[in-house]
Amino acid sequence: MEQENSNVQVIPADKDKIKKIWRVAGILALVTAIEFGFAFGMAAGDVRTFIFIFLTIVKAFYIVAEFMHLGHERKSLIYSVILPMLFVVFLIFILMYQGSAILDVLH
Amino acid sequence: MANTAVVVNEGSPWRGGVEPMKASYGKLMMWFFLLSDAFTFSALLITYGLIRYSHPAFEGAISDFAFSQEYWPIPEMVYDAIPFVHGVHLPLVFVGIMTFILILSSVTMVLAVEAGHRMDKKAVEKWMLWTIIGGLTFLGCQAWEWAHFIEGTDIAKNVASNNFIGANLSMNQYGPSNFAALFFFITGFHGFHVFSGVMINFIIFYQVTVGVMEKRGHYEMVEKVGLYWHFVDLVWVFVFTFFYLI
Repeated sequence: MEQENSNVQVIPADKDKIKKIWRVAGILALVTAIEFGFAFGMAAGDVRTFIFIFLTIVKAFYIVAEFMHLGHERKSLIYSVILPMLFVVFLIFILMYQGSAILDVLH
Repeated sequence: MANTAVVVNEGSPWRGGVEPMKASYGKLMMWFFLLSDAFTFSALLITYGLIRYSHPAFEGAISDFAFSQEYWPIPEMVYDAIPFVHGVHLPLVFVGIMTFILILSSVTMVLAVEAGHRMDKKAVEKWMLWTIIGGLTFLGCQAWEWAHFIEGTDIAKNVASNNFIGANLSMNQYGPSNFAALFFFITGFHGFHVFSGVMINFIIFYQVTVGVMEKRGHYEMVEKVGLYWHFVDLVWVFVFTFFYLI
């Protein structure tokens, strides 16, 4: 297996970088644990739903910004991925409204 | 070849040959594919919200809850089983384990990408293999979850008003028929993404092993499949919240 490492130069691992990756992993695990805490320690309701959605967005931020590296890309790339998601926000509002209207009609 | 376009990279950046977003073509296309995929998953999850809100919710204490076709079930009463422990009410524990497995496999994927930047073939192989194992474990868990959901539970209080046990596309013991249909559709669509992610990861893992990336001089392909894999994890984070927690 001599030829395998003949001309490719392996750069040694940067400890700080690796540490940072595991730190993000720790944050994701911690937020999931907090979600569990709320799932069992708090009665269902609008406030709890809001907390869940907020914590989910926190997790999504860390996955997209750090794991997918989007936080370190050019601004133009960040915005061309993030801004179209505003359509989703719009869809949430109209379809939730529609859903409660259907409930009123049927029940 | 008078008609062939010639790229002249001089003067104006509009003449081509530059990367305004400082990302390669392949990476950009992966991002825009993931954006479109995000729309698909958003549409599915929002549809879940729409249909859930157009059914009455269960009113009353959680301890009095019983399955019925009259209202939408409380998720933690449906997903309360884990393998090898029969008849014990352990709400959401198994889904929590699945979430943790997927997050871990996302971490190993980041480590594979990081090793790729350093041209460290051995480390890329190691971390990609862990990622594949994590993906397969998740799929196994989901297979069990589906099997349990379809077969249903024999605990008397859990049998719904129509005396039907288990679930299929037109009927289920847990709640309105749309509940099971959406379960199959959304977790199935996500599970299929995980499955194709494992397949793609395996192809790239194989190419790394036989030295394709080393010959190419970079491991960008690992980064691209990494983006896809993180996206699968990201979608699960949302499915976990909107399907299991709320």
